[in-house]
Amino acid sequence: MPILRSDVDINGEEFRTNRAHNEGMLKLLDEALAQTRAGGGEAYMARHRARGRMPVRERIDLLVDPGSAFLELSSLAAWGTNFTVGASVVTGIGVVEGVECVFIANDGTVKGGTSNPYTWRKMLRALDIAKANRLPVMNLVESGGADLPTQADLFVPAGQLFRDLTQLSAMGIPTIALVFGNSTAGGAYVPGMCDYSVMIDGQSKVFLGGPPLVKMATGEVATDEELGGARMHTFVSGLSDYMAVDERDAIRIGRQIVRSFGWRKLGPAPLAVVDPLYDPTELLGIASADLRVPFSVHEVLARLLDASEFSEYKPDYGTSMVTGWGTLHGYRIGVLANARGVIFSEEANKATEFIQLCNQTDTPLLFLQNTTGFIVGKSFEQGGIIKDGAKLINAVANSAVPHFTVFIGASFGAGNYGMCGRAYEPRFLFTWPNSRTAVMGPQQLAGVLSIVARDAAAASGKEFDEAADAARTAAIESQIDRESHAFFMSGKVYDDGIINPVDTRTVLGISLSAAHNNPVEGRRGFGVFRM
Amino acid sequence: MARQLTKVLVANRGEIARRVIRGARSAGIATAVVYSDADADALFVAEADEAVRLSGTAPAETYLRGDLILDAAARVGADAIHPGYGFLSENAQFAADVVAAGLIFIGPPASAISAMGDKVTAKRMMAAAGVPVLAGFTIGEDGRAVPEGGGDAVDIGTALAAVGLPAIVKASAGGGGRGMRIIADPAEADEAIASAQREAASAFGNPMVFLERYLSPSRHIEIQVIADDHGNTVALFERECSIQRRHQKIVEEAPSPFVSADLREQLCTAAVAAARAVDYRGAGTVEFIVGADGTAAFLEMNTRLQVEHPVTEAITGLDLVALQLIVAAGDPLPVSARQAGVNGHAIEVRLCAEDPAAGFLPVSGTFELFEIATPAGPNGYVRVDSALATGGTVSPYYDSMIAKVIAHAPTRSGAAALLADTLSRARLHGVTTNRDLLVAILRSPQFLAADTTTDFLDRVSGLTTATTGADVHRLHAAVAAIARHYVQRPAGTVQPAVPRGWRNNRATLEAVSFKAEDGESIAVAHDLTGAEPAMLIDGAPLPLVVHAASGTEVELSTGGVRRRYLVQLTQLTDAGSLGTACVDSPLGHSTLTVLDPLPAPGSSGPAGGLTAPMPGAVVRILVAVGDTVESGQPLLVLEAMKMEHTIRSPEDGVVAAINVTEGEQVPIGAVLAELSTDTQQ
Repeated sequence: MPILRSDVDINGEEFRTNRAHNEGMLKLLDEALAQTRAGGGEAYMARHRARGRMPVRERIDLLVDPGSAFLELSSLAAWGTNFTVGASVVTGIGVVEGVECVFIANDGTVKGGTSNPYTWRKMLRALDIAKANRLPVMNLVESGGADLPTQADLFVPAGQLFRDLTQLSAMGIPTIALVFGNSTAGGAYVPGMCDYSVMIDGQSKVFLGGPPLVKMATGEVATDEELGGARMHTFVSGLSDYMAVDERDAIRIGRQIVRSFGWRKLGPAPLAVVDPLYDPTELLGIASADLRVPFSVHEVLARLLDASEFSEYKPDYGTSMVTGWGTLHGYRIGVLANARGVIFSEEANKATEFIQLCNQTDTPLLFLQNTTGFIVGKSFEQGGIIKDGAKLINAVANSAVPHFTVFIGASFGAGNYGMCGRAYEPRFLFTWPNSRTAVMGPQQLAGVLSIVARDAAAASGKEFDEAADAARTAAIESQIDRESHAFFMSGKVYDDGIINPVDTRTVLGISLSAAHNNPVEGRRGFGVFRM
Repeated sequence: MARQLTKVLVANRGEIARRVIRGARSAGIATAVVYSDADADALFVAEADEAVRLSGTAPAETYLRGDLILDAAARVGADAIHPGYGFLSENAQFAADVVAAGLIFIGPPASAISAMGDKVTAKRMMAAAGVPVLAGFTIGEDGRAVPEGGGDAVDIGTALAAVGLPAIVKASAGGGGRGMRIIADPAEADEAIASAQREAASAFGNPMVFLERYLSPSRHIEIQVIADDHGNTVALFERECSIQRRHQKIVEEAPSPFVSADLREQLCTAAVAAARAVDYRGAGTVEFIVGADGTAAFLEMNTRLQVEHPVTEAITGLDLVALQLIVAAGDPLPVSARQAGVNGHAIEVRLCAEDPAAGFLPVSGTFELFEIATPAGPNGYVRVDSALATGGTVSPYYDSMIAKVIAHAPTRSGAAALLADTLSRARLHGVTTNRDLLVAILRSPQFLAADTTTDFLDRVSGLTTATTGADVHRLHAAVAAIARHYVQRPAGTVQPAVPRGWRNNRATLEAVSFKAEDGESIAVAHDLTGAEPAMLIDGAPLPLVVHAASGTEVELSTGGVRRRYLVQLTQLTDAGSLGTACVDSPLGHSTLTVLDPLPAPGSSGPAGGLTAPMPGAVVRILVAVGDTVESGQPLLVLEAMKMEHTIRSPEDGVVAAINVTEGEQVPIGAVLAELSTDTQQ
């Protein structure tokens, strides 16, 4: 396979500017991640430890295989809201006894592990990933149930959690609940819906109603141990399959349960892996600080693909869209990457063909998004850019191979859709911190609104207030800028997490490996349409 | 009278079988061996041209079965039998049976063996030949002591008073330190004698023991002799083998730094006289005990090739096995042997699978790695005569010696330095050995000053102090964690190309805890995925620079010093969870066991349980359930590797349970008895 050559000038002004900008963004990312690790803050963390309990990430680190990786997902959920960053839950992909599992682990130090609307989005997204990729689910439960002040925003959708858990079970995907603390009210259904449940003597509490509620409801006086202690559930109700003596024991039992699955991945095994020829840390100097400046996706691919090998499809046609084949961590993939932002008819048609080719050969697809959208203008409209864009969206929507998307720069307009944005259900979607997502760029959006307002004023014969327009334009521009910020989008769980560009290969390697728990099969039915 | 030797059967095992095979092969003689079931995979079996299985494992069923060995010789068509040392090598009946079967016995005539075999007779004969001897008594099964020089039987107390204290009781029929007991206090005499008789009966089939003065401090000095059918009886100078543990030699050298030219002359003459007195043939060794003033007394003659023969070979340039074959073939000793001289100095150590810190308790197991270098140059060379190689197993049925390591150099201090260095660089993984003790001896001021007497190990303190300190174990634990980080993950693992321990939101460092040989656990926490490695040992930061790392080798700078650490990781499971890490470096050696981070509750042993320190058979149970016992009181006796181990009460208490019966074979770690130390009871 042809080897990509890099000609990045690592001492150049552009490289250094990009690097400084991206390192600044990474610093912000680190700060945000530090907030997630701090949980409910020092006081609650100290109280948690004083009660002999481990912070949630320590539990996860003990539960996964020694030396294995843990890919945390949606770390910045609730960023930019009034809720704690991370949304009082940790989700991710970890390896237990050699089996890739989806983890959903409540952080008991944040408001008792209660769930707010972002918590539910994050948990439901994790369950989507488990379903799509056929990954067993490991729930580390410690939750007081719903965050009551926001119940209106979550009570109705929250039911999906229990539905998903049992549907996973029906799909042949095992679900486990290790109950580390309270799992009460609605939360009691988590161990109830899981295939396996483990409770800790003297620590787990699982009941629909606690002592006060029971007293209010029926007048009965009962202790919480009688209502939902591990001992009661293990020896009397049978809701708990195993009683653990402590947290480590629960983790040990959890590992033992996964070992008994005899899990087998259904996708093809990876080929031998050769590292890329170029230093991935150079991606920080490659990704543009200014999104109006396109950057070479070949340089990016040279740092992502095995042995920096890339076999390019139609290299001389529709050159603003790079398509081709390579392998990543030994998995064959087809790549679609925006080279110069704009998608013309040629690019759309080339991408459509390429998606069909990859479906023909059961090849997963990687989308590297850096697009300002489909081209506009008279000749392009007349040339049928809508029809060509529609073909691409059709191909992306109906492609059956696993899709992986990384926002490496701009993600504006219908380009977001054509390049497999969140609505197109990629198996995983990650974002570089320099990225921006919106219907269009802030300046364009504000400018468009200004022109529309001016035209409206002219049409109605009113005088156009230039000063007010300037103020409104500035306000809109700053609002769109804030809302298109990568962290903001990630806070809404519109991606699976902000990643350090340097880690992209590792993150995609884990994602590909996880996706290969399911068979990898493309869409069949028609031959490949030459566009 | 030349006899033709075409195929020799070695009636032995381990390193000496390999040594004889090597010697025979270089003389153009085919080889065969017999082997027990425990030795089925041993190197000597693979190296022999032919091998005959002896069903069973115990020596009494196998290597001591002369009839089966003669049957094996007939089966392979051997015309000679080499007995090695131990087993049947000094069994006169066997030597006679071999000859009666029309085969050549590579050793002295049966008459010489029996003359020397009975220590009492031998002493009498030596006294007659003018060799100085110590007075003593024989003790029969009736427990009565008969003076060796003749006279009426007396009781033990009288005999003890006559020889003086301390006294030593020894098996009349044996050698090699078995069935020996020292009596320092008359109160110990009965138990010591009974125990010696039991061991003598078990090891040699003859419970007869004798009692004599225990000379201490003294030196053990022996003369190698070899005699042919042509009237040549040659003394090949002395070896000093004073440093012993449990009355078995562990360090031997030639020449002896203590022996003057005059004493050498005197001892050689006495040795030749001794050999001639019994019409000796082949290789043999006359052992003397030498007091601090230089007075020597005959101890015994070993009518066979000695374990420590290589030091004589090193200083004389001769091949003693080749000479044995020459003599056996009826040829005269060559001039090189008849006119041998002394060149340089040679030291041998016996590398044993045993734990010196635990009273030299024999250890069995498999060597995951067995690597001893053999440097050679103008300043000397190292020779290794080993029983096994990497992957080899030490079984509990036989002697614990696994290799002899010999260094030859122009000077004694040069030989000691070379040998100590070679041993300290050796990579010995999987089985505890006495290596550190041997290095400590070779580097001790007392050894270097030639202050070597038989009480050396009792007298010189600190030799069994661990040479690899706790701080080195901690550093090695860091190295082991780094090696584990860089080891290739086993094929078939998911995410094989993902960096080990990768996190995108790291909350904890990767943690692994090890247990070092000293029993201390070491908690290592690290993050090697970032640009700056983070390493915490027991919570304390260890600043380091990793220059290179893999699963087998780590190069680190710590404290401003760059070193190379060799690592062997074993039993890594698929999930990479448990296993052992052996680390060798210029600082020392560590065997680090990975501790289970998630142990099952109650998986640690029962409180107050007394576990078998090694696999063996329970020979005696000395207490009953409910007995009140004191700390140190013997509870039961375990026999393993032909040695008796007394399991003593670790503290005052009451016997709560006895889980074994006499005669029962128990695995290592078996809970033999349980002690209740609850004082309320």
